[in-house]
Amino acid sequence: MPARSLLLAGAGERDLTQLADYRAIGGYEAAVRAAGMTSDELIAELQAANLRGRGGAGFPIGRKASLIDRASPRPKYLVVNADESEPGAFKDREVMARVPHRLIEGCLIAARAIESVDVFIYIRGEYLAEYEILAAAVDEARDAGLFGDVRVVVHRGAGAYICGEETALLDSLEGRRGQPRPRPPFPPIQGLYSAPTQINNVCTIATLPTIISMGAAEFAKIGVESAPGTAIFSISGNVVRPGNYELELGTPMRELIYDWAGGIADGRELKAVIPGGSSVPALTPAELDTPLDYDSLAAVGTFFGAASLIVVDDRCCMVQLAIRSTKFYLHESCGKCTPCREGTRWMVQLLERIEDGSASYADIELLANVGDRILGRSLCALGDFAVYPVRSYLQHWRPEFEAHLEQGGCPFGGESTLEGIVAPSDAHAHQPVAEVPG
Amino acid sequence: MSLYEPIQDLRARYPEGSRSAVLPALRLAQEQYGFLSPAAIREVADAMDLTPNYCHAVASFYDMFHLAPIGRHLVEVCTNISCALVGAQRVVDAFEDELGIAPGATTDDGNVTFRAVECLGGCGYAPVVVVDHRYRQDVGVEDVPAIVRELCAGP
Repeated sequence: MPARSLLLAGAGERDLTQLADYRAIGGYEAAVRAAGMTSDELIAELQAANLRGRGGAGFPIGRKASLIDRASPRPKYLVVNADESEPGAFKDREVMARVPHRLIEGCLIAARAIESVDVFIYIRGEYLAEYEILAAAVDEARDAGLFGDVRVVVHRGAGAYICGEETALLDSLEGRRGQPRPRPPFPPIQGLYSAPTQINNVCTIATLPTIISMGAAEFAKIGVESAPGTAIFSISGNVVRPGNYELELGTPMRELIYDWAGGIADGRELKAVIPGGSSVPALTPAELDTPLDYDSLAAVGTFFGAASLIVVDDRCCMVQLAIRSTKFYLHESCGKCTPCREGTRWMVQLLERIEDGSASYADIELLANVGDRILGRSLCALGDFAVYPVRSYLQHWRPEFEAHLEQGGCPFGGESTLEGIVAPSDAHAHQPVAEVPG
Repeated sequence: MSLYEPIQDLRARYPEGSRSAVLPALRLAQEQYGFLSPAAIREVADAMDLTPNYCHAVASFYDMFHLAPIGRHLVEVCTNISCALVGAQRVVDAFEDELGIAPGATTDDGNVTFRAVECLGGCGYAPVVVVDHRYRQDVGVEDVPAIVRELCAGP
């Protein structure tokens, strides 16, 4: 399939961080058109476009907007989730840095749809350069009188993966520790400051001007029927040309990895692809022809997630990959729910025991068992995100796990690409709360 | 300079009665004092009409807030999967050699704090190193001595 630019359209030719350049290619005309539509008309248009959320869960934005309690006497809030922190994902960052006005225009359209005049964009604290560009674009658009009575606040996070989870994000935005809330009530009923709140990912919102410009019917013809449109795919790891590629949904994974990203680097063999960011089950080379869309990836047991592919070559030990992945989720667990907080520690201890060859076969079973006891048992999916990838490594590369036990250590003999990799959680001063019985 | 007035300006951006300005206020205090000392947290708490304990609890949750002094410069190396697959540990080792300290430590002269961090969203331009909050991308071992020289020569 050819490249198809919707989100990043025009950014190759012009400096679209500048309002004049964005307006020269028709920028903010969709917002003007939306302002002439009723809330019901706009929501109907979004539902007809069938745009599914690009943040990870894939929930259709039109349906989300229809759940907002617009009759509520409370203010309605639009919150943009720009807390991009999923390992492997760097697409939202490109949108904010290169087409900030398209995101802002999308905010105006979404706000109109849910009858909101209060927009918050929650951007991860580390994205300082992107914050500066986005905040300048917001100021420029506001000064040009494009906002009407809408207020847009760009709010910086302060370093916490969990704040990308929507209810943790709301708590953080309210000035609290960013910890998930029990649901129900869901944010469309009771979200920010207990008021009806719509939360969407950067790429989802930045697609709205295109939908309004071309019309939902035309938009729905792009990509696949079950998930129209394009996605900015972030691809990283052992490929020749890592980076962001905007492609139609349904593009075969093989095409992205080999045609766009140049194939596997250093003449190595492909071993694994983690297709949606580090939290999703990995695929083997046998699944290379899977189309990159929600339903096709679900059919092979994984997730579209954040459209972020991590490509792993044959030099990497899968046990080390599992350790590094799990240490991330251990470090980022907010500590609120026991299965996630303690379970991730147990997983790391068991995996390290397997890696150094001191584990027994029963420990491999225990690892799987601990995973089963984390899944679905917490307020949010962070604990699940620790388990999904590790469970898939065990499923596809179990002989490699067992080889560690048989050889009394790592079969890669110190030559794995992840050998010795440090993790921030290594610096945790405290001992694990619970030691796994050995 | 008192932070009271600037924090009132931050509070005005959010609905009245909300605590939403806590994060920006803590960031302001950290930029002013270098780290969030008990006195800095008390100042934020007073300006926010919250208790110091509340503000400390919030600050301690977030990775970018420092509750203890750090060096004049901060070097952060991503060691998450995408960076690790293309040599992040060699970059960590190179900083360790050049600075003479392990990740998580500060040089004896208080000039540089160096730490490993989780994914920074630079996976396509790996390895990523953040120097004083600015991203350096595609960093190789060969780039490390120049970065360290830059930090030791500068202000």
